[in-house]
Amino acid sequence: MHSWLLAAVGGVLIGGSAALLMLTQGRIAGISGILGGMLPPMAVDRDWRAAFLFGLLGAGIVAAVVAPQAVGASVRGTPMLVVAGLLVGIGTRLGSGCTSGHGVCGLARMSPRSLVSVVTFMATGALTAIIAGGF
Amino acid sequence: MRELMAGVAGFIFGIGLLVSGMTQPSKVIAFLDVTRGWDPSLLFVMASAMGVNALVYWKLVRRRAAPMYEPTFHLPTRRDIDLRLVLGAALFGIGWGLGGLCPGPALVSASSGSLGAIIFVAAMLVGMLLQHRLARTTARP
Repeated sequence: MHSWLLAAVGGVLIGGSAALLMLTQGRIAGISGILGGMLPPMAVDRDWRAAFLFGLLGAGIVAAVVAPQAVGASVRGTPMLVVAGLLVGIGTRLGSGCTSGHGVCGLARMSPRSLVSVVTFMATGALTAIIAGGF
Repeated sequence: MRELMAGVAGFIFGIGLLVSGMTQPSKVIAFLDVTRGWDPSLLFVMASAMGVNALVYWKLVRRRAAPMYEPTFHLPTRRDIDLRLVLGAALFGIGWGLGGLCPGPALVSASSGSLGAIIFVAAMLVGMLLQHRLARTTARP
């Protein structure tokens, strides 16, 4: 299948999942927010968060068995991955969301905060990839 | 039932990330780096995910008084743009552009056994904890 078609099908699943979470729990499917609520100071509503995260991690385990090629190799060495992970952790909590919460959910709800967030992280993400690709 | 549906949603989300190519850091970098053989296919992920979600939100969610298993909706209501929002998004973008991983794909890749993703997730959790601590310190009078 063409990569753009796979991308579109994957997107439908992601959007459908976010819609399901909104309809059943009344919650935004924002991964950084759901995960952040499980870290101290913990959110009070941990049951649905834990269930969602178990499902998400379960998909990775299924992939390891059925389609290991779906998970690509890292493009950076350990020091750079640590820096990247730290920035993503700090940035998503400071900015109240990531690609899922602001991108998929916030834009769909026409949130002005999410629009500013997406434009900002797309810009710094592109700039960083361009600069890092030069080395 | 409530937790079961949340678990199903998480699983579908993960499968969607795997199918779409978001769990391939080289693809994400090729999408972000528009100067070297740009791969725009990931635009379709955002477009279709947003489309489906928007349809359900505007056609179904907005017409309901409450979600199925909760007494009220818990959707964000803030509309103000502040420095935290912009600075946070900027830092997140830099990390995303460096590693080619955002939180969802990182978790899925880590549970599939990718060592790089496990290292990334460990650092991401430390980053989240650091930010939580910082927020508590600065919130004090």
